[in-house]
Amino acid sequence: MLLNREDVEKLCLLSRLEITPEEMDDVSAKLSDIVNMVNQLQDAETSGVLPMAHPLDQSQRMRKDKVTETDNQEQYQQNAPLVERGLYLVPKVIE
Amino acid sequence: MHDATISQLAQKLKNRTISSKELTEYFLTRISRLDPSLNSFITVSQEEALAQAKAADARLASGDVTPLTGIPIAHKDIFCTKGVKTSCGSRILDNFVSPYDATAVAKLKAAGAVMLGKTNMDEFAMGSSNETSFYGPVHNPWDTDRVPGGSSGGSAAAVAARLVSGATGTDTGGSIRQPAALTGITGLKPTYGRISRYGMVAFASSLDQAGTLTRTAEDAALMLQIMAGADERDSTSLPESVPDFSRAQRSIWENITIGVPDNFFDDSLETQNAQLIREALSVFEKLGARIKDIHLEHIRLSVPAYYVVASAEASSNLSRFDGVRFGHRAKHFEDLAEFYMRTRGEGFGSEVKRRILTGTYVLSAGYYDAYYLQAQKVRQLISQDFARAFETVDLIAGPTTPTPAFRIGQKTDDPIQMYLNDIYTIGAPLAGLPALSIPCGFVKNLPVGLQLIGPHLSEEKLLKAGFYYQQETDWHNHVPPGYEA
Repeated sequence: MLLNREDVEKLCLLSRLEITPEEMDDVSAKLSDIVNMVNQLQDAETSGVLPMAHPLDQSQRMRKDKVTETDNQEQYQQNAPLVERGLYLVPKVIE
Repeated sequence: MHDATISQLAQKLKNRTISSKELTEYFLTRISRLDPSLNSFITVSQEEALAQAKAADARLASGDVTPLTGIPIAHKDIFCTKGVKTSCGSRILDNFVSPYDATAVAKLKAAGAVMLGKTNMDEFAMGSSNETSFYGPVHNPWDTDRVPGGSSGGSAAAVAARLVSGATGTDTGGSIRQPAALTGITGLKPTYGRISRYGMVAFASSLDQAGTLTRTAEDAALMLQIMAGADERDSTSLPESVPDFSRAQRSIWENITIGVPDNFFDDSLETQNAQLIREALSVFEKLGARIKDIHLEHIRLSVPAYYVVASAEASSNLSRFDGVRFGHRAKHFEDLAEFYMRTRGEGFGSEVKRRILTGTYVLSAGYYDAYYLQAQKVRQLISQDFARAFETVDLIAGPTTPTPAFRIGQKTDDPIQMYLNDIYTIGAPLAGLPALSIPCGFVKNLPVGLQLIGPHLSEEKLLKAGFYYQQETDWHNHVPPGYEA
Protein backbone atom coordinates (compact mmCIF):
# COMPACT_ATOMS: atom_id res chain seq x y z
CA MET A 1 0.00 0.00 0.00
CA LEU A 2 1.22 3.48 -0.88
CA LEU A 3 -0.04 4.95 2.36
CA ASN A 4 0.40 3.15 5.64
CA ARG A 5 -1.36 3.75 8.92
CA GLU A 6 1.19 6.31 10.06
CA ASP A 7 0.84 8.34 6.87
CA VAL A 8 -2.92 8.44 7.29
CA GLU A 9 -2.65 9.41 10.94
CA LYS A 10 -0.42 12.32 9.95
CA LEU A 11 -2.88 13.43 7.26
CA CYS A 12 -5.71 13.20 9.79
CA LEU A 13 -3.86 15.51 12.16
CA LEU A 14 -3.04 17.97 9.36
CA SER A 15 -6.70 17.93 8.27
CA ARG A 16 -8.06 18.00 11.83
CA LEU A 17 -10.15 15.00 11.00
CA GLU A 18 -10.79 12.05 13.30
CA ILE A 19 -10.80 8.58 11.80
CA THR A 20 -11.76 5.78 14.17
CA PRO A 21 -9.30 2.87 14.59
CA GLU A 22 -11.89 0.57 12.95
CA GLU A 23 -12.01 2.79 9.85
CA MET A 24 -8.23 3.11 9.56
CA ASP A 25 -7.42 0.06 7.38
CA ASP A 26 -10.22 0.77 4.94
CA VAL A 27 -9.24 4.46 4.69
CA SER A 28 -5.55 3.60 4.11
CA ALA A 29 -6.44 1.09 1.41
CA LYS A 30 -8.81 3.40 -0.44
CA LEU A 31 -6.51 6.41 -0.20
CA SER A 32 -3.70 4.27 -1.59
CA ASP A 33 -5.93 3.33 -4.55
CA ILE A 34 -6.71 6.98 -5.18
CA VAL A 35 -3.06 8.08 -4.97
CA ASN A 36 -2.18 5.22 -7.29
CA MET A 37 -4.82 6.42 -9.76
CA VAL A 38 -3.71 10.06 -9.69
CA ASN A 39 -0.09 8.96 -10.16
CA GLN A 40 -0.98 8.57 -13.86
CA LEU A 41 -0.34 12.31 -14.03
CA GLN A 42 3.36 11.77 -13.51
CA ASP A 43 3.72 10.31 -17.02
CA ALA A 44 2.29 13.38 -18.74
CA GLU A 45 4.81 15.50 -20.64
CA THR A 46 4.26 18.99 -19.24
CA SER A 47 7.59 20.76 -19.60
CA GLY A 48 6.99 24.32 -20.71
CA VAL A 49 3.25 24.13 -19.96
CA LEU A 50 1.87 26.91 -17.79
CA PRO A 51 -0.33 25.63 -14.99
CA MET A 52 -3.93 26.78 -15.44
CA ALA A 53 -4.89 29.70 -13.23
CA HIS A 54 -8.37 30.36 -14.63
CA PRO A 55 -10.23 28.42 -17.32
CA LEU A 56 -11.10 31.64 -19.19
CA ASP A 57 -7.77 33.35 -18.47
CA GLN A 58 -9.52 36.03 -16.45
CA SER A 59 -7.83 37.89 -13.68
CA GLN A 60 -9.38 38.71 -10.36
CA ARG A 61 -11.61 41.79 -10.50
CA MET A 62 -11.14 44.41 -7.81
CA ARG A 63 -13.97 46.25 -6.15
CA LYS A 64 -14.09 49.59 -4.38
CA ASP A 65 -12.92 49.35 -0.79
CA LYS A 66 -16.20 50.38 0.82
CA VAL A 67 -18.48 48.84 3.39
CA THR A 68 -21.33 46.93 1.76
CA GLU A 69 -22.47 44.56 4.48
CA THR A 70 -24.56 45.62 7.42
CA ASP A 71 -24.17 44.24 10.93
CA ASN A 72 -26.03 40.93 11.17
CA GLN A 73 -24.27 39.56 14.21
CA GLU A 74 -27.40 38.56 16.06
CA GLN A 75 -28.85 36.76 13.08
CA TYR A 76 -25.58 34.98 12.31
CA GLN A 77 -25.13 33.86 15.89
CA GLN A 78 -28.45 32.03 15.80
CA ASN A 79 -26.50 29.32 13.97
CA ALA A 80 -23.72 29.19 16.55
CA PRO A 81 -23.32 26.14 18.79
CA LEU A 82 -22.59 28.27 21.88
CA VAL A 83 -22.91 32.02 22.39
CA GLU A 84 -22.76 34.24 25.47
CA ARG A 85 -23.26 38.02 25.50
CA GLY A 86 -22.68 38.15 21.75
CA LEU A 87 -19.46 36.15 21.94
CA TYR A 88 -18.78 32.76 20.37
CA LEU A 89 -17.80 30.36 23.14
CA VAL A 90 -14.96 27.95 22.39
CA PRO A 91 -13.08 25.47 24.55
CA LYS A 92 -10.10 26.74 26.51
CA VAL A 93 -7.26 27.19 24.00
CA ILE A 94 -4.48 28.55 26.23
CA GLU A 95 -2.88 26.13 28.63
CA MET B 1 -50.72 19.39 -15.04
CA HIS B 2 -47.52 17.86 -13.64
CA ASP B 3 -46.47 16.77 -17.11
CA ALA B 4 -46.42 20.33 -18.45
CA THR B 5 -43.07 22.04 -19.00
CA ILE B 6 -42.15 25.39 -17.46
CA SER B 7 -42.84 27.03 -20.80
CA GLN B 8 -46.34 25.48 -21.00
CA LEU B 9 -47.15 26.32 -17.37
CA ALA B 10 -45.97 29.91 -17.86
CA GLN B 11 -48.53 30.24 -20.66
CA LYS B 12 -51.33 28.87 -18.46
CA LEU B 13 -50.36 31.20 -15.61
CA LYS B 14 -50.20 34.17 -17.94
CA ASN B 15 -53.64 33.34 -19.42
CA ARG B 16 -54.91 32.94 -15.86
CA THR B 17 -56.31 29.47 -16.65
CA ILE B 18 -54.51 28.35 -13.52
CA SER B 19 -53.17 30.17 -10.47
CA SER B 20 -49.77 29.74 -8.89
CA LYS B 21 -51.54 28.81 -5.64
CA GLU B 22 -53.35 25.91 -7.35
CA LEU B 23 -50.14 24.82 -9.05
CA THR B 24 -48.12 25.03 -5.84
CA GLU B 25 -50.69 23.10 -3.80
CA TYR B 26 -50.91 20.50 -6.56
CA PHE B 27 -47.16 19.89 -6.61
CA LEU B 28 -46.85 19.93 -2.80
CA THR B 29 -49.51 17.20 -2.64
CA ARG B 30 -47.67 15.28 -5.31
CA ILE B 31 -44.42 15.53 -3.36
CA SER B 32 -46.02 14.24 -0.16
CA ARG B 33 -47.64 11.37 -2.07
CA LEU B 34 -44.72 10.29 -4.26
CA ASP B 35 -41.47 11.46 -2.67
CA PRO B 36 -41.37 8.74 0.01
CA SER B 37 -40.42 6.36 -2.83
CA LEU B 38 -37.62 8.65 -4.02
CA ASN B 39 -36.23 10.64 -1.06
CA SER B 40 -35.49 13.49 -3.46
CA PHE B 41 -36.23 16.28 -0.98
CA ILE B 42 -34.34 17.08 2.23
CA THR B 43 -36.67 19.95 3.10
CA VAL B 44 -40.13 20.78 1.78
CA SER B 45 -40.78 24.46 2.46
CA GLN B 46 -44.56 24.41 2.27
CA GLU B 47 -45.22 27.62 4.18
CA GLU B 48 -42.72 29.70 2.21
CA ALA B 49 -43.96 28.15 -1.05
CA LEU B 50 -47.58 29.10 -0.39
CA ALA B 51 -46.57 32.65 0.56
CA GLN B 52 -44.47 32.95 -2.60
CA ALA B 53 -47.36 31.56 -4.69
CA LYS B 54 -49.70 34.18 -3.26
CA ALA B 55 -47.22 36.94 -4.14
CA ALA B 56 -46.79 35.44 -7.61
CA ASP B 57 -50.54 35.45 -8.20
CA ALA B 58 -50.65 39.14 -7.29
CA ARG B 59 -47.85 39.80 -9.78
CA LEU B 60 -49.60 37.76 -12.46
CA ALA B 61 -52.74 39.83 -11.90
CA SER B 62 -50.76 43.05 -12.30
CA GLY B 63 -49.09 41.84 -15.49
CA ASP B 64 -45.56 42.26 -14.09
CA VAL B 65 -44.35 38.78 -15.04
CA THR B 66 -41.31 36.78 -16.07
CA PRO B 67 -41.50 33.25 -17.58
CA LEU B 68 -40.78 31.89 -14.08
CA THR B 69 -43.40 33.87 -12.17
CA GLY B 70 -45.55 31.43 -10.23
CA ILE B 71 -43.62 28.34 -11.41
CA PRO B 72 -42.82 25.73 -8.72
CA ILE B 73 -39.12 24.94 -8.62
CA ALA B 74 -36.69 23.37 -6.15
CA HIS B 75 -33.14 24.21 -5.17
CA LYS B 76 -30.33 21.77 -4.63
CA ASP B 77 -29.53 21.91 -0.92
CA ILE B 78 -26.11 23.38 -1.72
CA PHE B 79 -27.69 26.81 -2.35
CA CYS B 80 -28.15 29.05 0.66
CA THR B 81 -31.81 29.92 1.15
CA LYS B 82 -32.65 32.57 3.70
CA GLY B 83 -34.59 31.19 6.66
CA VAL B 84 -34.61 27.65 5.25
CA LYS B 85 -32.26 24.85 6.29
CA THR B 86 -29.24 24.49 3.98
CA SER B 87 -27.53 21.19 4.80
CA CYS B 88 -25.43 20.45 1.70
CA GLY B 89 -26.36 16.82 2.38
CA SER B 90 -24.11 16.78 5.45
CA ARG B 91 -24.52 16.12 9.14
CA ILE B 92 -22.13 19.00 9.83
CA LEU B 93 -24.74 21.45 8.44
CA ASP B 94 -27.82 19.54 9.61
CA ASN B 95 -28.74 22.41 11.94
CA PHE B 96 -27.74 25.27 9.63
CA VAL B 97 -30.41 27.79 8.64
CA SER B 98 -28.95 30.17 6.10
CA PRO B 99 -29.13 33.85 7.05
CA TYR B 100 -29.03 34.91 3.37
CA ASP B 101 -29.95 33.83 -0.17
CA ALA B 102 -27.46 32.68 -2.78
CA THR B 103 -27.43 35.04 -5.78
CA ALA B 104 -29.00 32.39 -8.06
CA VAL B 105 -31.74 31.84 -5.47
CA ALA B 106 -32.31 35.58 -5.00
CA LYS B 107 -32.62 36.08 -8.76
CA LEU B 108 -35.17 33.29 -9.17
CA LYS B 109 -37.06 34.63 -6.16
CA ALA B 110 -37.08 38.12 -7.66
CA ALA B 111 -38.41 36.64 -10.91
CA GLY B 112 -41.35 35.22 -8.96
CA ALA B 113 -40.44 31.52 -9.00
CA VAL B 114 -41.94 29.52 -6.13
CA MET B 115 -39.51 27.38 -4.12
CA LEU B 116 -41.11 24.10 -3.02
CA GLY B 117 -38.05 22.93 -1.13
CA LYS B 118 -34.45 21.82 -1.08
CA THR B 119 -33.34 18.69 -2.89
CA ASN B 120 -31.18 15.83 -1.69
CA MET B 121 -27.61 15.56 -2.91
CA ASP B 122 -24.31 13.80 -2.34
CA GLU B 123 -22.64 15.24 0.75
CA PHE B 124 -20.90 18.50 -0.27
CA ALA B 125 -21.61 17.46 -3.89
CA MET B 126 -18.98 14.73 -3.62
CA GLY B 127 -20.41 11.72 -5.36
CA SER B 128 -21.89 10.37 -8.55
CA SER B 129 -24.77 8.35 -7.13
CA ASN B 130 -26.39 10.41 -4.38
CA GLU B 131 -25.46 7.66 -1.93
CA THR B 132 -23.13 9.82 0.17
CA SER B 133 -25.95 12.03 1.48
CA PHE B 134 -26.42 12.15 5.27
CA TYR B 135 -30.14 11.97 4.49
CA GLY B 136 -29.95 8.65 2.67
CA PRO B 137 -29.78 7.76 -1.00
CA VAL B 138 -32.14 9.13 -3.64
CA HIS B 139 -33.90 6.52 -5.76
CA ASN B 140 -34.14 6.72 -9.53
CA PRO B 141 -37.82 7.03 -10.57
CA TRP B 142 -37.13 4.74 -13.58
CA ASP B 143 -36.12 1.94 -11.22
CA THR B 144 -36.13 2.67 -7.52
CA ASP B 145 -33.44 0.02 -6.90
CA ARG B 146 -31.08 2.19 -8.90
CA VAL B 147 -29.23 5.46 -8.29
CA PRO B 148 -30.38 8.70 -9.93
CA GLY B 149 -26.75 9.78 -10.37
CA GLY B 150 -25.18 12.59 -8.46
CA SER B 151 -24.42 14.85 -7.00
CA SER B 152 -27.59 16.74 -8.03
CA GLY B 153 -29.52 13.46 -7.73
CA GLY B 154 -32.45 14.87 -5.77
CA SER B 155 -33.04 17.66 -8.28
CA ALA B 156 -32.84 15.16 -11.16
CA ALA B 157 -35.17 12.59 -9.59
CA ALA B 158 -37.70 15.27 -8.60
CA VAL B 159 -37.83 16.77 -12.11
CA ALA B 160 -37.95 13.33 -13.77
CA ALA B 161 -40.82 12.19 -11.52
CA ARG B 162 -42.66 15.46 -12.21
CA LEU B 163 -42.59 16.52 -8.55
CA VAL B 164 -41.39 19.94 -9.63
CA SER B 165 -41.15 21.75 -12.98
CA GLY B 166 -37.48 22.55 -12.82
CA ALA B 167 -34.64 22.61 -10.34
CA THR B 168 -31.24 24.13 -9.78
CA GLY B 169 -28.12 22.03 -9.55
CA THR B 170 -24.37 22.41 -9.47
CA ASP B 171 -21.75 20.72 -11.60
CA THR B 172 -18.12 20.31 -10.57
CA GLY B 173 -17.23 17.13 -12.47
CA GLY B 174 -20.58 16.16 -13.98
CA SER B 175 -23.01 16.64 -11.11
CA ILE B 176 -25.76 18.14 -13.31
CA ARG B 177 -25.25 16.27 -16.58
CA GLN B 178 -24.72 12.77 -15.17
CA PRO B 179 -27.91 12.68 -13.03
CA ALA B 180 -29.86 14.37 -15.87
CA ALA B 181 -28.72 11.56 -18.19
CA LEU B 182 -29.54 8.79 -15.73
CA THR B 183 -33.06 10.12 -15.08
CA GLY B 184 -34.00 11.10 -18.65
CA ILE B 185 -34.07 14.88 -18.31
CA THR B 186 -32.16 17.89 -19.62
CA GLY B 187 -29.17 19.16 -17.62
CA LEU B 188 -27.22 22.31 -18.40
CA LYS B 189 -23.83 23.20 -16.96
CA PRO B 190 -23.05 26.71 -18.19
CA THR B 191 -19.60 28.23 -18.74
CA TYR B 192 -17.52 28.62 -15.58
CA GLY B 193 -18.55 31.97 -14.11
CA ARG B 194 -21.77 32.38 -16.10
CA ILE B 195 -23.84 32.09 -12.91
CA SER B 196 -22.64 33.57 -9.63
CA ARG B 197 -21.26 31.15 -7.04
CA TYR B 198 -22.19 33.49 -4.19
CA GLY B 199 -24.11 31.52 -1.58
CA MET B 200 -23.30 28.16 -3.17
CA VAL B 201 -21.48 26.03 -0.59
CA ALA B 202 -17.98 25.73 -2.08
CA PHE B 203 -16.57 22.34 -3.06
CA ALA B 204 -13.89 23.04 -5.70
CA SER B 205 -13.95 26.75 -6.45
CA SER B 206 -12.17 26.64 -9.80
CA LEU B 207 -14.66 24.07 -11.14
CA ASP B 208 -18.01 24.66 -9.36
CA GLN B 209 -20.76 25.99 -11.60
CA ALA B 210 -24.49 26.35 -11.00
CA GLY B 211 -26.93 25.21 -13.66
CA THR B 212 -30.35 23.79 -14.37
CA LEU B 213 -32.22 20.50 -14.40
CA THR B 214 -35.36 20.71 -16.51
CA ARG B 215 -37.47 18.59 -18.80
CA THR B 216 -36.45 20.46 -21.97
CA ALA B 217 -33.71 22.65 -23.40
CA GLU B 218 -36.41 25.29 -23.86
CA ASP B 219 -36.97 25.35 -20.08
CA ALA B 220 -33.22 25.38 -19.42
CA ALA B 221 -32.99 28.60 -21.45
CA LEU B 222 -35.77 30.16 -19.37
CA MET B 223 -34.07 29.37 -16.07
CA LEU B 224 -30.57 30.27 -17.24
CA GLN B 225 -31.84 33.64 -18.46
CA ILE B 226 -32.74 34.54 -14.91
CA MET B 227 -29.81 32.92 -13.10
CA ALA B 228 -26.97 34.17 -15.34
CA GLY B 229 -24.99 37.38 -15.08
CA ALA B 230 -22.13 39.15 -13.36
CA ASP B 231 -22.29 39.50 -9.59
CA GLU B 232 -20.33 41.93 -7.45
CA ARG B 233 -20.29 39.28 -4.74
CA ASP B 234 -18.48 36.68 -6.86
CA SER B 235 -15.28 38.01 -8.39
CA THR B 236 -15.09 34.93 -10.63
CA SER B 237 -18.51 35.58 -12.18
CA LEU B 238 -18.09 36.63 -15.81
CA PRO B 239 -18.61 40.30 -16.71
CA GLU B 240 -20.00 39.38 -20.16
CA SER B 241 -23.55 40.48 -20.94
CA VAL B 242 -26.25 37.80 -20.96
CA PRO B 243 -27.79 37.11 -24.38
CA ASP B 244 -31.46 36.28 -24.98
CA PHE B 245 -31.20 32.48 -24.82
CA SER B 246 -34.82 31.71 -25.79
CA ARG B 247 -34.59 33.92 -28.83
CA ALA B 248 -31.25 32.44 -29.89
CA GLN B 249 -32.68 28.97 -29.41
CA ARG B 250 -35.55 29.60 -31.80
CA SER B 251 -33.46 31.30 -34.48
CA ILE B 252 -33.22 29.64 -37.87
CA TRP B 253 -31.06 26.50 -37.92
CA GLU B 254 -27.65 27.05 -39.40
CA ASN B 255 -25.63 24.07 -40.44
CA ILE B 256 -23.04 23.35 -37.85
CA THR B 257 -20.18 20.93 -37.56
CA ILE B 258 -20.29 18.55 -34.62
CA GLY B 259 -17.04 16.95 -33.51
CA VAL B 260 -17.18 13.43 -32.14
CA PRO B 261 -14.08 12.47 -30.12
CA ASP B 262 -12.98 8.88 -30.66
CA ASN B 263 -11.85 8.93 -26.99
CA PHE B 264 -15.50 9.07 -25.91
CA PHE B 265 -16.19 5.72 -27.59
CA ASP B 266 -13.77 3.68 -25.52
CA ASP B 267 -14.04 0.30 -23.78
CA SER B 268 -15.96 1.68 -20.83
CA LEU B 269 -18.90 2.74 -23.03
CA GLU B 270 -21.56 0.03 -23.19
CA THR B 271 -22.46 -1.10 -26.71
CA GLN B 272 -26.14 -0.19 -26.48
CA ASN B 273 -25.32 3.25 -25.11
CA ALA B 274 -22.89 3.79 -27.99
CA GLN B 275 -25.60 2.78 -30.45
CA LEU B 276 -28.04 5.35 -29.03
CA ILE B 277 -25.42 8.11 -29.23
CA ARG B 278 -24.80 7.29 -32.90
CA GLU B 279 -28.55 7.39 -33.56
CA ALA B 280 -28.74 10.79 -31.85
CA LEU B 281 -25.92 12.04 -34.07
CA SER B 282 -27.85 10.90 -37.12
CA VAL B 283 -30.76 13.11 -35.99
CA PHE B 284 -28.38 16.08 -36.14
CA GLU B 285 -27.19 14.91 -39.56
CA LYS B 286 -30.80 14.92 -40.77
CA LEU B 287 -31.05 18.48 -39.48
CA GLY B 288 -28.09 19.26 -41.72
CA ALA B 289 -25.19 19.10 -39.28
CA ARG B 290 -21.85 17.76 -40.42
CA ILE B 291 -20.29 15.13 -38.18
CA LYS B 292 -16.51 15.15 -37.90
CA ASP B 293 -14.26 12.70 -36.08
CA ILE B 294 -11.89 14.37 -33.67
CA HIS B 295 -9.34 13.32 -31.08
CA LEU B 296 -8.74 14.86 -27.66
CA GLU B 297 -5.24 13.77 -26.80
CA HIS B 298 -5.10 14.42 -23.07
CA ILE B 299 -8.70 13.75 -22.06
CA ARG B 300 -7.68 10.33 -20.71
CA LEU B 301 -5.91 12.22 -17.91
CA SER B 302 -9.01 14.16 -16.93
CA VAL B 303 -10.08 11.83 -14.10
CA PRO B 304 -6.70 11.94 -12.26
CA ALA B 305 -6.29 15.69 -12.91
CA TYR B 306 -9.79 16.28 -11.60
CA TYR B 307 -9.30 14.26 -8.41
CA VAL B 308 -6.15 16.19 -7.57
CA VAL B 309 -7.57 19.66 -8.27
CA ALA B 310 -11.02 19.04 -6.80
CA SER B 311 -9.76 17.29 -3.66
CA ALA B 312 -7.08 19.93 -3.05
CA GLU B 313 -9.60 22.75 -3.30
CA ALA B 314 -12.12 20.82 -1.20
CA SER B 315 -9.63 20.21 1.61
CA SER B 316 -9.03 23.94 1.73
CA ASN B 317 -12.69 25.01 1.35
CA LEU B 318 -13.96 22.56 3.95
CA SER B 319 -11.55 23.79 6.61
CA ARG B 320 -14.22 26.39 7.50
CA PHE B 321 -16.32 23.69 9.14
CA ASP B 322 -14.78 23.79 12.58
CA GLY B 323 -17.72 23.76 15.00
CA VAL B 324 -17.07 27.30 16.22
CA ARG B 325 -19.50 29.69 14.51
CA PHE B 326 -22.05 27.33 12.95
CA GLY B 327 -22.77 23.70 12.25
CA HIS B 328 -22.22 20.54 14.27
CA ARG B 329 -19.97 20.61 17.34
CA ALA B 330 -18.69 17.52 19.14
CA LYS B 331 -19.78 17.15 22.76
CA HIS B 332 -16.82 15.27 24.18
CA PHE B 333 -13.20 16.32 23.74
CA GLU B 334 -10.03 16.77 25.77
CA ASP B 335 -8.20 19.59 24.02
CA LEU B 336 -8.48 21.93 21.07
CA ALA B 337 -7.05 19.53 18.47
CA GLU B 338 -9.49 16.87 19.58
CA PHE B 339 -12.33 19.42 19.52
CA TYR B 340 -11.72 20.08 15.82
CA MET B 341 -10.92 16.49 14.91
CA ARG B 342 -13.97 15.02 16.59
CA THR B 343 -16.33 17.75 15.36
CA ARG B 344 -15.21 17.12 11.79
CA GLY B 345 -14.90 13.36 12.25
CA GLU B 346 -18.52 13.17 13.42
CA GLY B 347 -19.80 15.79 10.99
CA PHE B 348 -18.37 14.49 7.69
CA GLY B 349 -19.20 11.22 5.97
CA SER B 350 -16.62 8.80 4.60
CA GLU B 351 -16.44 10.09 1.01
CA VAL B 352 -15.95 13.68 2.18
CA LYS B 353 -13.22 12.50 4.57
CA ARG B 354 -11.49 10.65 1.74
CA ARG B 355 -11.48 13.77 -0.43
CA ILE B 356 -10.20 16.01 2.38
CA LEU B 357 -7.39 13.54 3.12
CA THR B 358 -6.55 13.18 -0.58
CA GLY B 359 -6.49 16.95 -0.91
CA THR B 360 -4.31 17.34 2.15
CA TYR B 361 -1.94 14.70 0.79
CA VAL B 362 -1.51 16.33 -2.64
CA LEU B 363 -0.99 19.75 -1.07
CA SER B 364 1.39 18.66 1.66
CA ALA B 365 5.03 19.71 1.73
CA GLY B 366 7.08 18.01 -0.97
CA TYR B 367 4.06 16.83 -2.98
CA TYR B 368 2.59 20.13 -4.19
CA ASP B 369 4.61 20.34 -7.43
CA ALA B 370 4.21 16.68 -8.27
CA TYR B 371 0.46 16.67 -7.82
CA TYR B 372 -1.37 20.00 -7.70
CA LEU B 373 0.90 21.91 -10.04
CA GLN B 374 1.21 18.96 -12.42
CA ALA B 375 -2.59 18.56 -12.43
CA GLN B 376 -3.05 22.25 -13.30
CA LYS B 377 -0.59 21.79 -16.17
CA VAL B 378 -2.45 18.73 -17.42
CA ARG B 379 -5.64 20.73 -17.09
CA GLN B 380 -4.10 23.34 -19.38
CA LEU B 381 -3.28 20.62 -21.92
CA ILE B 382 -6.85 19.28 -21.79
CA SER B 383 -8.17 22.80 -22.25
CA GLN B 384 -5.85 23.40 -25.23
CA ASP B 385 -7.09 20.16 -26.84
CA PHE B 386 -10.65 21.46 -26.64
CA ALA B 387 -9.64 24.90 -27.96
CA ARG B 388 -7.91 23.28 -30.95
CA ALA B 389 -10.98 21.13 -31.64
CA PHE B 390 -13.24 24.18 -31.57
CA GLU B 391 -11.20 25.75 -34.36
CA THR B 392 -12.85 23.28 -36.75
CA VAL B 393 -16.09 22.24 -35.01
CA ASP B 394 -18.96 24.21 -33.44
CA LEU B 395 -19.91 21.67 -30.81
CA ILE B 396 -18.56 18.38 -29.48
CA ALA B 397 -20.92 15.46 -28.94
CA GLY B 398 -20.67 12.15 -27.14
CA PRO B 399 -22.18 10.11 -24.34
CA THR B 400 -22.84 11.68 -20.94
CA THR B 401 -22.19 8.42 -19.07
CA PRO B 402 -20.67 5.04 -19.97
CA THR B 403 -23.70 3.06 -18.75
CA PRO B 404 -27.31 3.62 -17.71
CA ALA B 405 -28.11 4.01 -13.98
CA PHE B 406 -26.40 1.40 -11.81
CA ARG B 407 -27.83 -0.29 -8.73
CA ILE B 408 -27.79 1.33 -5.31
CA GLY B 409 -24.80 -0.12 -3.45
CA GLN B 410 -23.15 -1.46 -6.61
CA LYS B 411 -20.14 0.90 -6.55
CA THR B 412 -20.08 2.25 -3.00
CA ASP B 413 -17.17 0.06 -1.98
CA ASP B 414 -14.92 1.04 -4.86
CA PRO B 415 -14.30 4.80 -5.11
CA ILE B 416 -12.24 4.45 -8.29
CA GLN B 417 -15.08 2.69 -10.14
CA MET B 418 -17.41 5.41 -8.92
CA TYR B 419 -15.03 8.15 -10.12
CA LEU B 420 -14.73 6.56 -13.56
CA ASN B 421 -18.46 7.00 -14.04
CA ASP B 422 -17.66 10.71 -14.64
CA ILE B 423 -15.10 9.96 -17.33
CA TYR B 424 -16.98 11.84 -20.11
CA THR B 425 -18.25 14.74 -18.04
CA ILE B 426 -15.06 15.81 -16.24
CA GLY B 427 -13.33 17.36 -19.28
CA ALA B 428 -15.78 20.26 -19.68
CA PRO B 429 -15.44 21.68 -16.15
CA LEU B 430 -11.65 21.26 -16.22
CA ALA B 431 -11.66 23.54 -19.27
CA GLY B 432 -14.50 25.75 -17.95
CA LEU B 433 -16.70 24.84 -20.92
CA PRO B 434 -20.50 24.80 -21.02
CA ALA B 435 -22.16 21.43 -21.65
CA LEU B 436 -25.64 20.01 -21.98
CA SER B 437 -27.06 16.53 -21.47
CA ILE B 438 -30.29 15.64 -23.27
CA PRO B 439 -32.22 12.37 -23.26
CA CYS B 440 -31.56 10.27 -26.39
CA GLY B 441 -33.18 6.88 -25.76
CA PHE B 442 -33.46 3.94 -23.42
CA VAL B 443 -31.49 0.81 -22.65
CA LYS B 444 -33.68 -1.77 -20.87
CA ASN B 445 -36.14 0.97 -19.86
CA LEU B 446 -33.37 3.11 -18.39
CA PRO B 447 -32.70 6.54 -19.90
CA VAL B 448 -29.48 7.45 -21.71
CA GLY B 449 -28.10 10.96 -22.24
CA LEU B 450 -26.34 12.63 -25.15
CA GLN B 451 -23.75 15.18 -24.12
CA LEU B 452 -23.04 18.32 -26.11
CA ILE B 453 -20.02 20.47 -25.19
CA GLY B 454 -19.46 23.97 -26.57
CA PRO B 455 -16.74 26.62 -26.51
CA HIS B 456 -16.72 29.19 -23.69
CA LEU B 457 -19.93 31.25 -23.54
CA SER B 458 -21.65 29.21 -26.26
CA GLU B 459 -24.82 28.46 -24.26
CA GLU B 460 -26.89 29.90 -27.12
CA LYS B 461 -25.51 27.31 -29.54
CA LEU B 462 -25.88 24.46 -27.05
CA LEU B 463 -29.43 25.33 -26.12
CA LYS B 464 -30.35 25.77 -29.76
CA ALA B 465 -28.96 22.35 -30.66
CA GLY B 466 -30.86 20.86 -27.71
CA PHE B 467 -34.06 22.65 -28.67
CA TYR B 468 -33.92 21.51 -32.32
CA TYR B 469 -33.07 17.95 -31.27
CA GLN B 470 -36.10 17.92 -28.97
CA GLN B 471 -38.33 19.12 -31.82
CA GLU B 472 -37.28 16.01 -33.75
CA THR B 473 -37.42 13.50 -30.89
CA ASP B 474 -39.69 12.76 -27.96
CA TRP B 475 -37.32 11.06 -25.49
CA HIS B 476 -37.72 14.01 -23.13
CA ASN B 477 -41.49 13.38 -22.96
CA HIS B 478 -41.25 9.87 -21.52
CA VAL B 479 -42.57 9.63 -17.96
CA PRO B 480 -41.20 7.06 -15.50
CA PRO B 481 -43.75 4.27 -14.87
CA GLY B 482 -45.57 4.84 -11.59
CA TYR B 483 -45.22 8.62 -11.87
CA GLU B 484 -47.60 9.20 -14.80
CA ALA B 485 -50.57 10.08 -12.58
